[in-house]
Amino acid sequence: MSVSIKWAALAQTAGVSFAVTIAVVAVFSVGVLALCRREAALETAGTGGATAGKGSLALASVCFTACAGAVLYGLSLIAG
Amino acid sequence: MEHITFLVAVVIITALAFDFTNGFHDTANAMATSIATGALKPKVAVAIAAVLNFAGAFLSVKVATTISGGIVNEKAGLQPSIIFAALVGAILWNLLTWLKGLPSSSSHALYGGLIGATVVGAGINGVNFATVLSKIVIPAVASPIVAGLAAWGATKLAYLLTRGTDEKTSDKGFRKGQMFSASLISLAHGTNDAQKTMGIITLTLVSAGALHKGATPPVWVIAGAGAAIALGTYMGGWRIIRSMGSGLADIRPPQGLSSESAAATVILTSSAMGYGLSTTQVCSGGIMGAGLGGRNPRLNWAMARRMVYTWGLTLPAAAVVSGLAAVVVDQGTWGIVLIGAALVLGSGSMYLISRRQPVHAGNVNDVTPVTATETVEVTPAGPVTTPTAASTTVAA
Repeated sequence: MSVSIKWAALAQTAGVSFAVTIAVVAVFSVGVLALCRREAALETAGTGGATAGKGSLALASVCFTACAGAVLYGLSLIAG
Repeated sequence: MEHITFLVAVVIITALAFDFTNGFHDTANAMATSIATGALKPKVAVAIAAVLNFAGAFLSVKVATTISGGIVNEKAGLQPSIIFAALVGAILWNLLTWLKGLPSSSSHALYGGLIGATVVGAGINGVNFATVLSKIVIPAVASPIVAGLAAWGATKLAYLLTRGTDEKTSDKGFRKGQMFSASLISLAHGTNDAQKTMGIITLTLVSAGALHKGATPPVWVIAGAGAAIALGTYMGGWRIIRSMGSGLADIRPPQGLSSESAAATVILTSSAMGYGLSTTQVCSGGIMGAGLGGRNPRLNWAMARRMVYTWGLTLPAAAVVSGLAAVVVDQGTWGIVLIGAALVLGSGSMYLISRRQPVHAGNVNDVTPVTATETVEVTPAGPVTTPTAASTTVAA
């Protein structure tokens, strides 16, 4: 009748949740940061501005793609 | 369909009514911070949540073959009268907490109702208290804390990473992200909670002999459960949306994204690990953490305390109401009619009381504890669209 509480599984769930949240939000924030940089670069135009804009856009794309991947994985968990 | 007795019909209708209250009670989970930060306009937010809850209902029927997940002994088959009494307690508690604007767990209300009704109907041995402890109580305590810590850390990090940028531009980005995190929560909610109603209806039909044992929910049950939760979601539990979105803390876009991401992650990780936890508590915990992690950390502690007390009360309160209902229902058809009438009367009066100070899409963001300068967005009030939740419940 007595059910032993699986503390390890509980701790693992908590740890994974914490780490994934931090990672996803961090990556998303870097993406936002890159977008802000790009906007600033485009505003100040200039020759250097355009290149900086491109680099930032690429970084932002990578970040948001990674976040989209996390969302898709979440979807697969829901449907699973 | 001659198998469908009066009681079975009553149980099905009551189950759909519970599903409806579950929907409007929990709209806030996914959408409160999105509405508070202006990521989504109130009406748009509830529409998206409704569509995703409906879609979520069709994604899985995995847990629809059990009502309680082992909390009460289902082997002998749950009597429809016990299920009816359980639903009555859960609905009344859901409506009372909605009236007070307090986010409480619809799942805990249902579990509490089942426990109370089972103790009365089948004796104390019908309840697996060890499972109650390991599957409900411990996750209920741990999950809001984990979500809160994760949201707190994520908020700190989000502010740190985007410091020195133009806040208008970065907020725009975080608001866009919120649309995805909120949608994920809505979808997960539809899948989880609509399945509970499907399970209740399916197992009731099995016990009445209308379906064979081990049957998966028929399509009309899935569609009915999905429609009830979606309709409830669309009505929007504006009182709870206000409490969670603006009552606890002044939530800015980075905090909204952090709290929603934390909530979505905790919900999905836990259900993958087999813990059934309360979406409501996880989301509230996330909002509290994000509120404390913000630029000027502020949390309405009085509101937070009230929420935590309510969480603790939900299970026992629903259990007591359902236990009483089970005693009356056991007396036969007149008992069922009496409890049904009490449910309609109770729901109706709570709805009437709510009309004294209606909260709706037009004024949901009006009250903020902290003076917000830019994020408060008030949509044109239009015709007063008070959530007619309770009245519809009665009609349902």
